[in-house]
Amino acid sequence: MNALDVEHLSVSFGRTEVLTDLSFSVEKGTSLAIIGPNGAGKSVLFRALIGAIPYRGSIRWAPGTRLGYVPQKLDIERDLPITGRDFLHAKTAVSSASAENAALAATRVGLADEILSMTIGAMSGGQFQRLLLAFALIGNPDVLLLDEPAAGIDTPGQETMTEAIRRVQTEHGVTVLLISHDLSVVYEYANNVLCLGGEHPWCGPPRTALTTETLSELYGTQLKFHVHDRLRG
Amino acid sequence: MFMTASEASSILLAVAMSVAAGLVGCFAVMRRMTLAADSISHVALPGIGLAIIFGISPILGATAMLLFGAILIWALETRTKIPTEAIIGVMFSVALAIGSMMASGEELIDALFGTTRELSGWEIAVGLAGSAAVAGFILKFKSELVVALVSPDVASTAGIDTTRLNLLFLLVFAFTVALGLRYLGVLLMGSLIIIPAVTARRLAHSLNEMLSISVGAAMFSTVTGTYIAGVLNRAAGPLIISIAGALFFMSLLRGTED
Repeated sequence: MNALDVEHLSVSFGRTEVLTDLSFSVEKGTSLAIIGPNGAGKSVLFRALIGAIPYRGSIRWAPGTRLGYVPQKLDIERDLPITGRDFLHAKTAVSSASAENAALAATRVGLADEILSMTIGAMSGGQFQRLLLAFALIGNPDVLLLDEPAAGIDTPGQETMTEAIRRVQTEHGVTVLLISHDLSVVYEYANNVLCLGGEHPWCGPPRTALTTETLSELYGTQLKFHVHDRLRG
Repeated sequence: MFMTASEASSILLAVAMSVAAGLVGCFAVMRRMTLAADSISHVALPGIGLAIIFGISPILGATAMLLFGAILIWALETRTKIPTEAIIGVMFSVALAIGSMMASGEELIDALFGTTRELSGWEIAVGLAGSAAVAGFILKFKSELVVALVSPDVASTAGIDTTRLNLLFLLVFAFTVALGLRYLGVLLMGSLIIIPAVTARRLAHSLNEMLSISVGAAMFSTVTGTYIAGVLNRAAGPLIISIAGALFFMSLLRGTED
């Protein structure tokens, strides 16, 4: 059974077509990594999937799907008097989740009490990113949409986050859609890879999708060596 | 110290309006509507002019025009993606121009700054019920407003209809301005919504702290202002806003932490 079916999806801004005739589906409980160079339309795809921008074609989520979305870097005002706890509490109230559910989400992403007491503007990029993941996890989502969740996070933080994502996936069968530039992460965790930005969008298991040919088509030949290194290591 | 029934009820109304203004103000300030707040209040002026021409209550005319203005701002914002602040800026100037053509000098001053005439029983009743409704809305939608403030995209995935929420907030905001029209005047009600909230934003470290400080500062300003106005036999509005302004400048004495 599929969690998501996308058919003939196109998105344009004015006269620029960012996504053209894109079709793919995601099976329930699996993870799909979306890769491609900057400007390939990865984040735009996510925004279309959550219904934030107009599109042509069809996007069908399984009935009753609850989404959890972690956007790429948010520009928030530094002096908002909203603490991490206020933010998580708001999600708890909106999704009628229990306080335990919220506490568990915070623990899973490794957010300690003293970090939750900080205002969101005072948090570091990595702390805020983890807060967004905890926010997404409250209310037990069926699908997680993660737009470069590990960007700007230190190595131990990245490990905590990857571990948190893996746990909700194995324990609750959550479907994960992940935009990432870290090809080793993609290779290790994704069941399927969607490559955007080449001549034709391409979808398949990492072993077949992440070949030197497809990657050099996506990123240009100068990246081939770097990618090779990453995959071996 | 003795108070007549009318003094007591006007103090009660002042407290109720401060609670409403203090709460709405916090979200208006966080949503970057600081300038918009003063501007939107001027949308009431053509309403007052029209009400006088048609011989109906100026308050009704102003309220209707404010709510209409809120819907218009929302519709323009949703359709054109022009920032709210820009739309309100244009509407404010047009409303002021039309309003000044339609209302006479004295009526305009009354509408802008409020009057010293005694409030009737029903004006107090409407003021109290309206303030309760505004406070109820903010407390009920607090969580939705917080999430939408941080990220509209994240809010929509959490099941929040942000377009509807924006409309509701603008309507409640316009309604709060209308509530203060008779008592403080539109211009000063805009200030009572914004100044205590700006003070609170400087001092607070969490959402509930901000809401409490904002309501507290608004209450202190209105009650003290109304009392001094009674003693000096002057209009309460300018005194209230001067006190609110003084509190803001006092908050500046506390240095920034970062």
